[in-house]
Amino acid sequence: MRVWAVLCLYCVASCLALCLAPAVARADWASVSASGELGWGADLQGGEPYVYESPTQPGEIVGFEVEIADALSRELGVRAKFHQNDWSNLVPSLERGDFDLALNGLEDTPARRARLRLSVPYFVYGETLAVRPGSALHTLAQLSGRRIGTLNQTVAQDLLQAQRANVVLYEGQQEPYLDLSQGRVEAVLLDHVIADRYGCGQRGVQCVKDDLARGTYVIGMRKADVELATRVDAALSHLIANGELRKILERWKLWDARQDELSARAAALTPAPSPSASAVPSATSAVATPAAPAAPAAPLTMSATQLGLFFEGALFTVLISVCAFALALPLGVLLAVTRSHGGRVSRFFATAYVELFRGTPVLLQLYVLYYGLSSVVRLGPITAAILGLGLNYAAYEAEVHRGALAALPRGQAEAAASLGLSRFQVLKHVLLPQSMRIALPSLTNDFVALLKDSSLVSVITVVELTKRMTIVAVELRDWVVPGLLCAGMYFAMSFPLSRLSLWLERRYQGA
Amino acid sequence: MIRISGLCKAFAGSSVLGGIDATVEEGKIVALLGASGSGKSTLLRCLNGLETFDAGTLEISGFSLRPGAHDQRTLQALRGKVGMVFQEFHLFSHLSVLDNVTLAPRIARGTERARAEAHGRELLAQVGLADRASALPRQLSGGQKQRVAIARALAQGVSVLLLDEPTSALDPELREEVREVLRKVARGAHSADGAGLTILLVTHEHELAHELADEIWTLSAGKIAGISPPGQAAR
Repeated sequence: MRVWAVLCLYCVASCLALCLAPAVARADWASVSASGELGWGADLQGGEPYVYESPTQPGEIVGFEVEIADALSRELGVRAKFHQNDWSNLVPSLERGDFDLALNGLEDTPARRARLRLSVPYFVYGETLAVRPGSALHTLAQLSGRRIGTLNQTVAQDLLQAQRANVVLYEGQQEPYLDLSQGRVEAVLLDHVIADRYGCGQRGVQCVKDDLARGTYVIGMRKADVELATRVDAALSHLIANGELRKILERWKLWDARQDELSARAAALTPAPSPSASAVPSATSAVATPAAPAAPAAPLTMSATQLGLFFEGALFTVLISVCAFALALPLGVLLAVTRSHGGRVSRFFATAYVELFRGTPVLLQLYVLYYGLSSVVRLGPITAAILGLGLNYAAYEAEVHRGALAALPRGQAEAAASLGLSRFQVLKHVLLPQSMRIALPSLTNDFVALLKDSSLVSVITVVELTKRMTIVAVELRDWVVPGLLCAGMYFAMSFPLSRLSLWLERRYQGA
Repeated sequence: MIRISGLCKAFAGSSVLGGIDATVEEGKIVALLGASGSGKSTLLRCLNGLETFDAGTLEISGFSLRPGAHDQRTLQALRGKVGMVFQEFHLFSHLSVLDNVTLAPRIARGTERARAEAHGRELLAQVGLADRASALPRQLSGGQKQRVAIARALAQGVSVLLLDEPTSALDPELREEVREVLRKVARGAHSADGAGLTILLVTHEHELAHELADEIWTLSAGKIAGISPPGQAAR
């Protein structure tokens, strides 16, 4: 049943994809040389030293990859044009034809090589393991089953998964090291460029001296752009041979012993005759062995494991949403009652709460709760997610219930009071049961919104449904099937709720 | 017994009650007549503490009220002895007829459910609604709603019943069924076994006032303009 459903979805999706596929705006060397412009994509958020906005001259883009792009363009006799693109979507955007090169710390992996045309390398990185001082962890094999942090879609992630480590995925470069020092993960595995700048030397973080693996950064191009790829390879090899690349890397303090492998690795990948060609294969295999992740060719259809993980993601989405709402609802009612019936001081605090939590982004609140307050209270990711969303939604529920209470006829409270009920009894037995019915449609609405907002908690390392979708999409190199499956699951969760709400409304109105 | 002395009340500086002095003996029925805005309803609402007042004193069912904010516990106890029926019924829309009647005995007085419901059913039978115990308020006519409201006000075994224009919100053809119930309640107040129910009835219906009341007070501009036995009042 499920397999058929997935197959059907896939057929529909493929047809859609075929119909909607954009005409490729750029094609190969001919169009590059005709326009005189070489478009390259990268993400400014990657930060120093890759590609970033100059802190001293706003608007100017700097970084060692900017200089490589410029040098490359000079070699090719064209102008370099930068395109800002979210890092995790660099490859799809390249394939869509938004630019000609993806040049932004793209690691050479078999999966990527199967999908794209990759250039010769321009940088050799080492995988650096960061641990807490005194930790005995120093090899890949030791990481099996342990909580290890890294960034999504990196070789480090593949390496960790191959070791069956419990991988915790982060969006930013600082957060994994922060969590390491706080004890939320046992180690962090990332490129030495990131580790040197954001991790090693921080308080409570120590880096293992030897690289656990090595790999290279390469330039990604479309499969079809054969001539462009040949020219880029030639240009890069020339930059390596004439020492210009070395000068750039030295300027950015990136030149180290690892870079001595560059020319050998480059030569190994260039079919053109080269003096050191015969020596290369052994050299490559010697240095590259540990870096090769365990996936010879990435699977193209969704496996049962991935499908299972989808359901697990959906389960987390439901768990977090239900628990957060179970917190938001009573807290919201309490705030609403305080605002409508409380004394001056408590009214002030309730109003301040609502304005504070409603007036600032929930993403920011999650960051503050999980990272900002981590030195005061160390919350687990799930707890922080439930608490963050719950506290935020309480502010909205408070307003819903305040409105519903205000909508009740004044006579209801008076009649109840005239019977000798206390203020609390009036609220509990007369006002709240009625206001709850008025609030019901808004409550359903908010819960459905919360289901979807729960995807925000991926910033604090929780892998829920949306995050799982992006991970699987990258693994499958396909956004359509995981996207539709993800949408279908959200719909399957929210639609019955809307029906339930309608049914309850009808029941209470006795229609 | 109700004793009102020197009762004054102003809303935002404009006087509504300008010094009321009057007494109602236990078991008597008093009808309050007067033009709209003469202060009839306000006087009634002061009697069970729904409004505070600015000067004077009130004694009602053994409780005494003073100017300014009232103590909540005193009010809750007082309201267990003083029932009120509103012009617009104000039935609790989420509760059945029987639950409307038994809510206060169960919640405010702690009467156990079975006893409260048995008594509630008796009261509903008295107002002619024994068969509508499980109905919801929206399923009732206006006259039926007001009869439930009367049963609800009586359910705690009150000694004073305040009726604030109980027939005014009803279509003329529905008023008679409420009048009939009021007659029954009044007979109960007057009965020999001395239920001792004291009733204050604010109304525009002169005929009903003269039929039921032992005494008719005419209010004008926040003062009692005259007290007379039924049948003798103006018009």
